[in-house]
Amino acid sequence: MIYLKLLFTFMKIGLFSFGGGYAMIPLIQKEIESNGWLTSAEFVDIIAISEMTPGPIAVNTATFVGYRTAGLVGGLAATAGVAIPSLVLILLVSKFFFGFRKHPLNTLVFYGIRPVIAGLIVTAAVFVAETAILRQEAPIIAIGQLVNNPGTIINFGSIAILTATLIEIVKFRLHPIMAIMLSGFMGVMLFHVL
Amino acid sequence: MSNETDIKELVEIFKAFFKIGCFTFGGGYAMIPIIEREVIINKEWMKEEDIIDIFAVSESLPGAIAINSSTFIGYKIAGRKGAFAAMLGVILPSFIIITLIAAFFARFQENAIIKAAFLGIRSAVVGLILLAALKIGKTAIRDKIALLIMVFTIFLIIVVNIHAVFVIMGGAAIGLLIYSIFPGTAKNIIDRYGEH
Repeated sequence: MIYLKLLFTFMKIGLFSFGGGYAMIPLIQKEIESNGWLTSAEFVDIIAISEMTPGPIAVNTATFVGYRTAGLVGGLAATAGVAIPSLVLILLVSKFFFGFRKHPLNTLVFYGIRPVIAGLIVTAAVFVAETAILRQEAPIIAIGQLVNNPGTIINFGSIAILTATLIEIVKFRLHPIMAIMLSGFMGVMLFHVL
Repeated sequence: MSNETDIKELVEIFKAFFKIGCFTFGGGYAMIPIIEREVIINKEWMKEEDIIDIFAVSESLPGAIAINSSTFIGYKIAGRKGAFAAMLGVILPSFIIITLIAAFFARFQENAIIKAAFLGIRSAVVGLILLAALKIGKTAIRDKIALLIMVFTIFLIIVVNIHAVFVIMGGAAIGLLIYSIFPGTAKNIIDRYGEH
């Protein structure tokens, strides 16, 4: 049944997502892909919408995917799925975890997990870049074509927007939401008006 | 505590976290200062030092940090029911907003202007994610083993196409292995990273 499938899939995602929203992207993407629930471009649009709306990316994605797959009840099932592991773990674990947190074994386990989280976030950036910067979703890039006519594979307008975003945030300390709005405006200018 | 004040308190918790859920853009970490202001200053439910511990534990447990910390704070204020009220409150705003967007977005998705805007926004999202990777990389990667784990993670996910769950377990296993087999290295790491 689709509702149970959504519930259990998002419980799995909730249970294995360390390090917050971005680190969950590769995990969610894999599940969405293997179940055929959304296209890569649609998923990236959800990530983009999550940046502009309040709430955790995990919840936003669960709600969106659930709704798209099986309507309102689907959205409820997926959202409940992503939240249930948190609720259960907090109720069960919180009491003795305060003590365990300072245990050296905990330090070592997180010493191993944290670089994985960093790697997962880099992977998430690569995944989003594939749909944002490459023109075709072909995994194999023809080197000859890339050298002779790079504009057919790489979207240079997107690279310009990416560069502008990095400069806005790092150099001018612009709020991420403002940077996103600007990028939307630049997108309309570069890809629609021009 | 009588039943009536019990329900009143739960409603208060729900309302406070509903408000928090409405105003946190950019995920869990952005939520932390807003939760602090509401729970410590406005409602005086907790003290600063208690909440710092709660955030630390919430980060170490799997799941969205916003959900974890809200549920935990709710639990500390009013037990299991409090945990449930806080969790429901923090989730509901995004559930409502995203359901509305999901219901109406399909109509605009094929619009040429919306398409162009979203193509631009995707590039900005790449930038935001890269900056997040850089930020966590700075605290997570301070030696060669950690760097190797990160590079290997990227390789396993992108090239080998392994499920992220296994890579996370692998990372934890490496930590365990160092702890049980190489006590010298483990001691070094503990000195360097402290309480993770």
